[in-house]
Formats: sequence, C-alpha cells, structure tokens
Amino acid sequence: MVYAASDLPYRGDPDNRMHAEQSITGTPVIGNYAIKNAYRDAHTPNMVTVILGDYRSIDTFGEQVVIFTAGMITLLVLRRNRKRLE
Amino acid sequence: MRDQFQSPIVLLGARLLSPYIMVFGWYVIFHGHYSPGGGFQGGALLAASLLLIRVAGGSTLAELQIKEFATTPLAIIGVVIYFTTGLAAMMMGGYFLDYAQLPIPGMEADWLRYTGILIIEVGIGLAVMAILVMIYDNMVRGEDYG
Repeated sequence: MVYAASDLPYRGDPDNRMHAEQSITGTPVIGNYAIKNAYRDAHTPNMVTVILGDYRSIDTFGEQVVIFTAGMITLLVLRRNRKRLE
Repeated sequence: MRDQFQSPIVLLGARLLSPYIMVFGWYVIFHGHYSPGGGFQGGALLAASLLLIRVAGGSTLAELQIKEFATTPLAIIGVVIYFTTGLAAMMMGGYFLDYAQLPIPGMEADWLRYTGILIIEVGIGLAVMAILVMIYDNMVRGEDYG
C-alpha cells in the first residue's frame, strides 16, 4: 500500500484528473469549477459551504428530509401506547 | 431499575455549561460562511446544550426550556424554511433553490446567494436540533424522574 501510495499524484496539482473539465469517458464534469467560481458566485470564503448550500443544495435538502424522517420514525416506534398492548 | 436521584453538583455543572454550548452552536451556524461549520454541526451543538439540561435536571426542568410537544413543530418549521426558500426562487422564475432569484429587493445576485445559504443553514439547524431532542424525549418517556 505504501508503494502504491508513492505513485499518487501530488495534492493540489491543477493537472490532476479530478480537476479536468472532462472525465475519462469524455463526458463533461464539474472539475475545478467550484474552486474557481465559489467566491465570485456567493461571496463566501468557505467553498465547502457554497458547494453544500448552493451547488448541491437539493442533495442537502434530501439529507434534511432523511433526518426529519428518522425523527418521525422514532416518534412512531418509541412512543408508548399502553392501551393497545394490554 | 437502578435508583434515580437528582445530583445538585451535576445540575450546577450542566447549568454552567449549557448556555455557552448554545451560543457556540449559533456561532457555528452563522459563521459557517467563513469557517468550518454549518447547519448540521450547529444544530447538533444546540441539541447538546438542551440535552445536557434534560439529562441532568429531569423532565420538569426540561419542560421549562422546550416543551415536549414543541419539538415536532420546530422540526417541521426547519424543513419548511428550506423548502419555502427553494419554492420562492422557483416562483420568481428561477430553478428550484436558485437563490439568485430570491425576492429580496436591493441585492446583487452574489449577495442573494450568500443570504440564501444562510437562510437554509438556519433551517437545517432548527430541524436537526428539534429532531435530536425529540428522539431523546421519546426514548426516556415514562422512565424519567420528575
């Protein structure tokens, strides 16, 4: 594993595969668009917040609904209802 | 079941810590634009400060902070804040959750996005806090000391 790790690309190198505009199969991907444009789009220095709250906001909405559903399920499962048990 | 009794020392420590944790939770939510943090983490901290009082003081003391029936509406309000923000952008002619179309006058598109992210983070924080408190309340119901 150490030998394989020595062959990994340098962190932060702009020529890395993950920063390319196109994936290996030739489809266009986001690449480093978020890193380039996050501050210009939302005036927010923390680009993780911009990706989470703006570019990928529907995904975050899904996460919130998942947590909400979990709470509703605990309400249904854990609520004691002595009358029906007797 | 083991005996349950109230410890004044634990209660004093919880009362000392709880407000600071709550202020730090709001800080994590509102400072999420500039430092690590955001709605989920801040909401968990807010829930931690409420649960500390609930664990240390029992349910009668906790009823003074947030009543048990109030947690479910709070969670719904949190989800609705998020959804309404997206819907308002869609009503004004943009995509769903396209904050640049939010109907707030006198703001450029980038500052509208800034504000939109802040609004949804507050919604997430409210929902996460209410859900965590609600899970605890449902788990201890009937086994808590007065």
